[in-house]
Parts: sequence; structure tokens; C-alpha cells
Amino acid sequence: MSTVKIPSSIVTLLIGILLTLASLWYGQNHGLMPVAASEEAELVDGLFDAMMTIGFGLFLLVEGALVYSAIRFRRKDGDEGDGEHLEGNIPLEIVWTAIPAVVVLGISIYSFDIYTRMGGLELMDHDMGGPTKTVEVAYAADAVTGGSTTALGELPLEDQVSEAGLGVSPDAVDEGLSVDVQGLQYAFIFNYPNGIVDGELHVPAGQPVRINLNAQDVLHAFWLPEFRIKQDMIPGQETKLVINANREGTYPVVCAELCGPYHGGMRTQLIVHSPEDYDAWVAERLAALDTGETVASVPSVKSDRTHTARTDAEYLEPFVEPLQLAVAPERLAALRASAEDSAMTHHSHAH
Amino acid sequence: MTTTSKPKTPLPEEPKMLLGNERKWTDYFTFCTDHKVIGIQYLVTAFFFYLVGGALATVMRTELATPAPDIVTPDVYNGILTLHGTVMLFLWIVPAGAGLANYLIPLMIGARDMAFPRLNAIAFWLIPPSGLMLIGSFFFEPPSAGWTSYPPLSLTTGALGEGIWIMSILVGGTASILGGLNFLVTILKMRVPSMPLTKMPLFCWAMIATSLLILISTPVLAGALILLAFDLLAGTAFFNPTGGGNPVVYQHMFWFYSHPAVYIFVLPLFGAISDVIAVHARKPIFGYRAIAYSSIVISFLGLIVWAHHMFTSGTPPWLRMFFMITTMVIAVPTGIKVFGWVATLWRGKIAYTSAMLFALGFIALFLIGGISGVMLAAVPFDIHVHDTYFVVAHFHYVLFGASVFGIFMSVYHWFPKMTGRMMNEFWGKIHFVLTFVGMNLTFMPMHELGLRGMNRRIALYDPQFTDLNVLATIGSYIMAVSTIPFLINAIWSWRYGKKAPANPWRALTLEWQTLSPPELENFEELPVLKTGPYDYGLGYIAEEDPEELYAHAVPAPVS
Amino acid sequence: MQGSINTTAEGTLNLAQEEAHGHHEEHPDHRMFGILVFLCAESMLFLGLFVAYITFRLVATEWPPEGTPELEILLPGINSLILISSSFVIHKADTAAKQDDSKGVLTWFGITAIMGAIFLLGQGYEYANLEFGLRENLFASTFYVLTGFHGLHVFVGLLLMLAVLWRNRDPKHYSSENHFGIEAVELYWHFVDVIWIILFVLLYLW
Ligand code: HEA
Ligand code: HEA
Ligand code: CUA
Ligand SMILES: [Cu+2]
Repeated sequence: MSTVKIPSSIVTLLIGILLTLASLWYGQNHGLMPVAASEEAELVDGLFDAMMTIGFGLFLLVEGALVYSAIRFRRKDGDEGDGEHLEGNIPLEIVWTAIPAVVVLGISIYSFDIYTRMGGLELMDHDMGGPTKTVEVAYAADAVTGGSTTALGELPLEDQVSEAGLGVSPDAVDEGLSVDVQGLQYAFIFNYPNGIVDGELHVPAGQPVRINLNAQDVLHAFWLPEFRIKQDMIPGQETKLVINANREGTYPVVCAELCGPYHGGMRTQLIVHSPEDYDAWVAERLAALDTGETVASVPSVKSDRTHTARTDAEYLEPFVEPLQLAVAPERLAALRASAEDSAMTHHSHAH
Repeated sequence: MTTTSKPKTPLPEEPKMLLGNERKWTDYFTFCTDHKVIGIQYLVTAFFFYLVGGALATVMRTELATPAPDIVTPDVYNGILTLHGTVMLFLWIVPAGAGLANYLIPLMIGARDMAFPRLNAIAFWLIPPSGLMLIGSFFFEPPSAGWTSYPPLSLTTGALGEGIWIMSILVGGTASILGGLNFLVTILKMRVPSMPLTKMPLFCWAMIATSLLILISTPVLAGALILLAFDLLAGTAFFNPTGGGNPVVYQHMFWFYSHPAVYIFVLPLFGAISDVIAVHARKPIFGYRAIAYSSIVISFLGLIVWAHHMFTSGTPPWLRMFFMITTMVIAVPTGIKVFGWVATLWRGKIAYTSAMLFALGFIALFLIGGISGVMLAAVPFDIHVHDTYFVVAHFHYVLFGASVFGIFMSVYHWFPKMTGRMMNEFWGKIHFVLTFVGMNLTFMPMHELGLRGMNRRIALYDPQFTDLNVLATIGSYIMAVSTIPFLINAIWSWRYGKKAPANPWRALTLEWQTLSPPELENFEELPVLKTGPYDYGLGYIAEEDPEELYAHAVPAPVS
Repeated sequence: MQGSINTTAEGTLNLAQEEAHGHHEEHPDHRMFGILVFLCAESMLFLGLFVAYITFRLVATEWPPEGTPELEILLPGINSLILISSSFVIHKADTAAKQDDSKGVLTWFGITAIMGAIFLLGQGYEYANLEFGLRENLFASTFYVLTGFHGLHVFVGLLLMLAVLWRNRDPKHYSSENHFGIEAVELYWHFVDVIWIILFVLLYLW
């Protein structure tokens, strides 16, 4: 046994330094987040790293104390006595009330700051008495299971513009690209200016893009993991977002609010182009629009009353392969059949 | 005073005599108004539903072992998911907490029964129908909008199943309100005269806080569900946007209950662990008053944070900031508790009983869930991880790590009192190790899954997430296996376990100062407090089996 | 207590305790406190519904929604007066009970019950003559659900009163010492009254 005894204050100090270093290191090197592809994402990651640092430090501190006392203060065999009668220690209790208070205050202020910088606090112009739209609700489930579903009916709906978006900076409100996104079971439909409609989101890098969210049937949520942005899509309530992509690439777009059995299949892609590529894409789509080719293949929300049935089959199909989706073949067949059905009725109407 | 190590059993072996304190098993199937019977009825019923909920979870995990929905179809998956969440919360955690409260409160405060015994029995007997309805709903048109049952989705998944689901929660909620009423009145009005509020065991403090939450928030859930039922069955449009209704109002009403509910789930166990730790570390609880009052503070704060579940729901920005701050503040009173528990262990004499092991696991895991909770409260971060597996990880750490570990801890600790038998410690330890390992293996990877982009409530997922999901599935199997030693241990010990002395842990609280199990009306004579609940280290040595307890107990022949 | 342990044992234990400590006498009555706590919880149910109504109303672009006919105030106003005054009447019953006046209890409870019944009939009449149905629009739905839910409470109150009157057939059933039933019903009735006042202001006057 060594006779050199290190004073406990020094031990505490050492432990404190080690703990701080470990947390600082972990906070920077956890590698848990996917790539950050937008300005907002970098802000959120900064906050997350800070919270990981604090959280990891607290974790080490408390778990350390727990494990230490669990080992160090074991009851010796045959010791039937009590520990010391220690009912509390007011200064100590004040310290451990104050520290978390300060910590959470710090995190709150930091979060508030990030949130403001993401544009979360900027109020949107809310013209409550927007145009009256008719929301048509049809359930894909109806076509398959037959009747068990309560239809929500077709009622005129006042469109409310919610103030609850994110990322709106005043200069971005009126200029730049603006995309309307419709959520429906189980797809996102993106409506671009000039009548381009697509199932994928294409945006140019390096400029703010306005996204206007709305839903057709039930709640959905529009999530861009690489942008750290998520917003519920509420039927009859338009919500606005502004995103600032700064990294070209292809990223997932995910529906994050339970919206029915195929909620898990409700995902698509966000393609961030260079501005030139984006213009090229637009030109290509416009040309296609003129010849009327693609429009038919992409369900258009506003004109087609039977979109849901079609979209269902269409949007599930691409997932069947890569995900080995066990959509019962009968179900896909049923969906397809109902889509054809309605296409046929559509035709006869046209006659 | 001497410490006797062997329990004395005044029971003659043959013919079998009842001491008058042991219940026949058939008593547990009657409308009995004895709080001890009701407590055990609650606990056993709740545990049954835990097995059901756990079996459902195992199916879900099996399904999630591969990216494709190959075990069950996605619609069935959603039904299972909804049932898992609802069963675990409304039929496992809530009744289990109520069971502990029923059993312990009168004993701890020296009362002969609850304030309203008949009401108490009624409350319990509402649980089985509620549970049967809930499980039954699965076989009609499974409610499959998650335990949150957000409209408009919940209005479209089939009226019959959803209707039964709503009825079931209403019945269960009524039971919970009646229980809370009973707990509150009993604790406030029926303590032995020598027990001021500040000499109550901390479990009773926690139950005051819990009961207040139950009484204030559960009725609002009932309101929400009644309106939802009208939408569903009568065709109104309170929450249906196509009729001019507002689905977000439902979310507010739902979370006004369901956030406080998470403290209803955990506060009773916060109370229980404060009692268990002090006994098994043989040290007074550190900062009695701070821990007692922090329960009340938590329940107050718990009422004003609900919208942190709705940061992406289109709530106005100022509201999000308000709820972010109030939510974070809850870390302060909760921290007071956690630090108090650790400080209680510090320089104690820790006995490695199964109860203590589960208590240690409780603190260790709750800490993780608490820290991730505070992260979730930060709005910009929550926007990213809301409705992802990060949230699933958070709430299983608090729900499983704290509430379920807490319930196991309580069972190991109070089993001797409840049944008069000791549980097997060896198998208790096996149970602990398997559960602890399985739990972390299952839920730790979910943090990363959520951060990387896996959303919750999906039966099919992107193949890039496969590895971590497989890990989680393996963990869940370990957890499933871990339940078996516990089950066998509990059943076997109840029947054949070593006879328990009155006070096997030599504790100072009142429930241990009577027979194990306690006689019909709990105490031979109304007890007078000689010590505070946690006066360890002052020289009081509680006897394991004081002779005088048996003096009046009259053996009764079996009829 | 059914199904408890062996009768002999129970008898023995109980007897011993009762003789030794007589705890049954010292069992204080917490029922009124219980009722009070219960009513607090009950008021949270109404509070939730009120707040939902207020939110619907504040969020809506137009309230009441286009095409909702004006609500008639006169009849519900008279109805409210009847309900509110019945709170004073029922208090007289309580006073009577405290003076061991079983006849008084009969009279005052009887009058209160009749007033409650008139209120319910009035409400039924109003329902029958309203121009909108439950599903007409959000206002109509909230109107019916809120008033209906309150009406249900009035109805329960009526049943409770009838129960008290039934027991009151035995003039000694309620006495100055023991009149929990009367007091409880009275408290409940006041509660129902207060809820109505809030409802009336919210639905008819605001
Ligand atoms: C027992 C149940 C329980 C408990 C106790 C908690 C406790 C907490 N929860 Fe959790 N929560 C749930 C159950 C629970 N939660 C459930 C079920 C959901 C999901 C519901 C659903 O959508 O289905 C959820 C979801 C949830 C969300 C929403 C996430 C989302 O959907 O986007 C948030 C956001 O703020 C949150 C926060 C918190 C916080 C801040 C605490 C705090 O109370 C934690 C406080 C504790 C500590 C912090 C640890 C100890 C403290 C210290 C050691 C002091 C020092 C610490 C610091 C300074 C940080 N929870
Ligand atoms: C106290 C509450 C509680 C508890 C204890 C658990 C326990 C478990 N939970 Fe649960 N969970 C919730 C509450 C709880 N959960 C809630 C509220 C949700 C959200 C629901 C929603 O989104 O709406 C959820 C959601 C949820 C999900 C997310 C699903 C999704 O979003 O798609 C997952 C996924 O892995 C999961 C897994 C598990 C597992 C593996 C366990 C394990 O710990 C279970 C361990 C127990 C056992 C395994 C039982 C052992 C016994 C047997 C296996 C034998 C069976 C025999 C017979 C029945 C005779 N849970
Ligand atoms: Cu759309 Cu989930
Ligand atoms: Cu919460």
C-alpha cells in the first residue's frame, strides 16, 4: 500500500477536469447527426453539440457518483448497523438546485437564440379570410376495405394561414422560388410555379425557397432530416417554411406524422441542384408540360378527384422493390384496379 | 432489543391453520373492500396487462428486425402499436401505481383502510372491463392512430374499434379519478394523530402530488374523448377540419392530460424509491423536505408544459418559447430528487438486495431519459427529432427505466409484507441483470436511429437503419426472457417461499410494524410514532419479528 | 364485507379490536370532503369543455358561423332564474334538516326538485324549437354538447333528490347530526348552478 495520500480536493479537481475534457470531446465527436445540408441545420447542430456536451458531462457525473457509491459503500458482510444519520445539507442542496437552474436557463437562452435565427419568431402575414377552397376527401382505405371508414365529407373550408412556420426572413417572403406542398395519403405533391407538378422536391442551392404546406385528408408532417426541419401539415391550415439549402445532393423527404397504414412509405426525395441545373430542370419540365406528357403521370391534386386511389398504388410501387415491401399483391392489385376504374369513369365523364 | 434473524411462525403445521391474516386466493376474485386485497388485485391485473403489452412489443420488434413489413401488414402493425402504447400506460403503469398506493398508503399512515373502501373496490373493478374492452377493440376495427389518437386520422380508422377504445379509456379514467380521490382524502385526513405531514413516508407525499394531477387533468382528457366520440359517432366536427373544426384543439386537450400523466406514471415510483433506498442503504433520505416538496412542484409545473408535444403542430411561436422554458424548469425539482437519492447512497451501507439493484437501475436509467427529455424541450432540436425514434428512446428510458424498474423494485421490497413470504434473491438478481442489459440494448440504439432520420410509428423503414434495429430487436428478446425468472419467482415464492418476518429489512416506516401480511384491519392497536420514517443511524434498531405482534393474532381453523 | 377471510377469524379479530380500542366510534366522516374534492375534479371536465369552446370561437374567422340563427334569450333566461333560485330553496332544506325538521326537508327538497324538473323541461322545449341541429356547424355542436352535458348533471341531481326524499319517508333518517345526504346533494346542486351561470354567459350572452 502506498503511503502517499493525494488530498481529496486535488482528486476532485482532476476528476472535474477529466470530466470536462471528456464531455467537450464527446460533444464534438458524437457523429450522431446526418449531414447538414442547410443553414438551419448547422444552427441546430451547434445547439445539439452544446446539449450533448452538457448532457454527457451530467451523465458522467451522476452515473459516476452512483457507480462509485454502489461499489465503495457496499455493506460489509455481517454489518447490521446503520449508516451515519445525515439528514441533509442545506448549502449542498442549494448548489444542486442552482446548477441545473443555471444550466437550463443557459440552454433556454441558446435555444431561443437559435430559434430566432432560424426565423421562428417572425410573424407571417396572416390573412385569415383566405380564399375558400373545397377540400375533397377520399380515402384510399375505402377502396380496399370497403366502407369501414368514416368519410370526412366534402365541406367548404376556410383556409387559415398559420403563423407557425419557420425560417421566414422578411426579404424572403416575396421573392424567390415558392413551392406549394400538398400532403395526402400517402404522398407529397409539389406544385411549382408555372404549373409544374411533381412528386419530388427540386430546389436550387444557395437561395431561400418558400414552402407552403397543406394537407388533403389527415395530418402529415413534412420532414427534411438533413435540414433539421419539420412541420405538421394540417388540413385547411396553410403553414409556411423557408429553407436555405447550401449543399447539393439528394436527400429524403419524410412524412413524420402517423397518417395511416402506409405512413412508413410516405417518403420522397429532395434534390438540391446547382442554380444552373435547377433552371435546366425547370426548362425540361416546362417543355414536357407543353407537350402534355408528364402531367398525366403525376397526379394533380386540384383537378383530379380520384387522386388518392391512384396515388396510393403509384406511390407504393416504387417502394416495393428497394424495401421489399410486403404490400400484399392483392392490395396493390386492388389499388391499381380502383385507380383504373376511376380513370375509366373519368373518361366517360369527359365524353 | 435483540435482532432475531429467523422469523417466528406461530402457525402449527398440521392441521393447517390460518393466522387470520392470510387471504384465501378466492378472496382476490371478490368485491372485497379491504385495501390490501384491492392493492394486490390491482398489481396482479396490471402485471397481466404488462405481459400483454410486452408480447405486443415483441411482435413489433420482430417486425422491425427487417426493413420490410413482413411479419404483419402495416395496418395490423398500427393496431398493435396503438394497443401496446395504450395497454402499457393505462392498464399497466397507472393501475400498478394505484395498486401500490392502495396497498401502502393506509399501512404507512397507520390507518385501518382507505377513506372510502367501497368506492375503492368499485374503482378497481372498473379496470378489468376497461382492459377487456381495450383488447377487444383490436378484434373489431383495430384503433390504429397511436395512443394519442389524433383526429382526423382516428376518425377514419373504423368507428367501432375507435369507439370501444374511447369507452375503455373513459372507464379507466374514471377508475383513476376515484382512486386519486381516495388517496388524497386518506392521506390528508386519516394519518395517525402522531404523524404530521412532515413525518410521512415520502411515498405518501408523492401520492399527494400524483392524486392532485389525476384529479386536475384526467377530467380534461375525458372532455377531449367525449368530443372525439361525438365526432366519431354523431358526425359533429369539433376536431374535423372539413367541418370547420380544429384538430389542434384536440391535441391541446389530450396533452393537457397526457403530459401530467407522465408524472402520474412516475411520481408514485419516485416516492417508492425514496423509501426503498433509505432502507437498503440504512441512511436517512437526504433532504427529506426538498424531496417531498419537489413532488408538489413537479406536479404544478407538470400542468403548464403540455404543448412541448406540439412544437411542430402549428402552435404560435411565443407559445413554443413559453412551453420550452417551463419544460426545462422541471429538470430542477427532478434534479433535487436524483441528487438526493445519490447523496442518500453516499456513505450508506448498501445491501445488494434485488430491490436495491432495481433502485440503482432506476436512477441510472431515469437520468438518461431525463437528459434526453431536456434536450427534447429545446424547440429547434425537437423540431428535428419530434416523432422519431429519439422520442421513443426518451420515453422508454423514463417509462421503462423509471416506472417499470420502480415497480419491480417495489415488488421485491414489499412482497414479504404483501404475501408473508420472501422472494428468491438469486433469481431476482438474474432478473435484474437481464432486464438492465436488454433494456439498454433495446432502447439505446433508438437515440441514434431517431437522430439519423428514422421516424416512429412505421412498419417499414429505410434499409440503412437495419443494423441498429436488429440490435434493438435482440435487446427486446432479452427483455422478454428476463420476465420469465420474475414470473416464476413471484408465483413460486408466493406459494413456497421462505416465511417472511414482520420486518425483514428492519425498516422504520409503519407498514413494517405489523404482521406480514398484515391482519384484517392492519394494526392490532393504532400505532404511535416512535421514530420518523427515516431515522436510521440514531440507534433505533427495528426488530425483524417483534414477539408482541403475535400476541393477539388468533389462529383460525380452515373451514 | 363479502368474501373476506374466514368468519370465525374475522369475528374474533374484530371483536377484540372493537372492545380494546373502539375504533369504530372514532371513525370520522370524510364524505363531505370527498364530495368537495370530487366536484373540483368534475369542474375540470367542464373547464376543459369551456376552454375548447372559447378556443374554437377565438380561432374561427366568423362566430357564430354564417347562417346560425340568433338564440332566443327570454326562455333560457327565465329558466336560468328558476335554476338559480332553486339554489336558495335547497339551502332551506339543509337548514330544516339541521333543525330535525323532516317535513321541512320534504317541502324544500320537493320544491327544488320541481324547479329542476321545470328547468329540464324548459331546456327540452328549447331544443325542440331550435332551428339548428347537432351537426349544423361548430357552434351548434358545442351548444348542444355543453348544454346537454349540463342537463345530464341536472338530471343526476334530480335523481339524487328523489333518493333523499325516498329515504326521508322515515322522519328519523336525517337528523341534525346525520344529514350527509342532504348536504351532499345541496353542494352538488350549487355546483350545477354555478356551471350553468358560466355556460349561460358563454353561450347566450357573449
Ligand atoms: C414517465 C414518463 C415520462 C417522464 C418522467 C418524462 C420526463 C420528461 N420529458 Fe418526456 N415523454 C414521455 C414520458 C415521460 N417524460 C412520453 C411517453 C413521451 C412521448 C409521448 C408520445 O408522443 O407518444 C414524452 C415526450 C416528451 C417530449 C416531446 C417530444 C416530442 O414528441 O417531440 C418532450 C419535449 O419537451 C419531453 C420532455 C421531458 C422532460 C423535460 C422531462 C423531465 O421531467 C425530465 C427531468 C429529469 C431530468 C432532467 C434528470 C434528472 C435531473 C438532473 C440530474 C438535474 C440536472 C439536469 C439538467 C440540468 C438537464 N418528453
Ligand atoms: C410503460 C410503458 C411502456 C413499456 C413498459 C414499454 C415496453 C416496451 N416497448 Fe414500448 N411504447 C410505449 C410504452 C411502453 N413500452 C408507448 C406509450 C409507445 C408509443 C405508442 C404510440 O406511438 O402510440 C411505445 C412504442 C414502442 C415502440 C415504437 C413503435 C413505433 O413507433 O413504431 C417500440 C419499438 O420498438 C416499443 C418497444 C417496446 C419494447 C421492446 C418494450 C419491452 O420493454 C417490453 C418488455 C416486456 C415483455 C417482452 C413482456 C414479457 C413477456 C412475454 C414476452 C411473454 C408473453 C407471454 C404471454 C402474454 C403469455 N414501444
Ligand atoms: Cu403522411 Cu405519415
Ligand atoms: Cu410531456
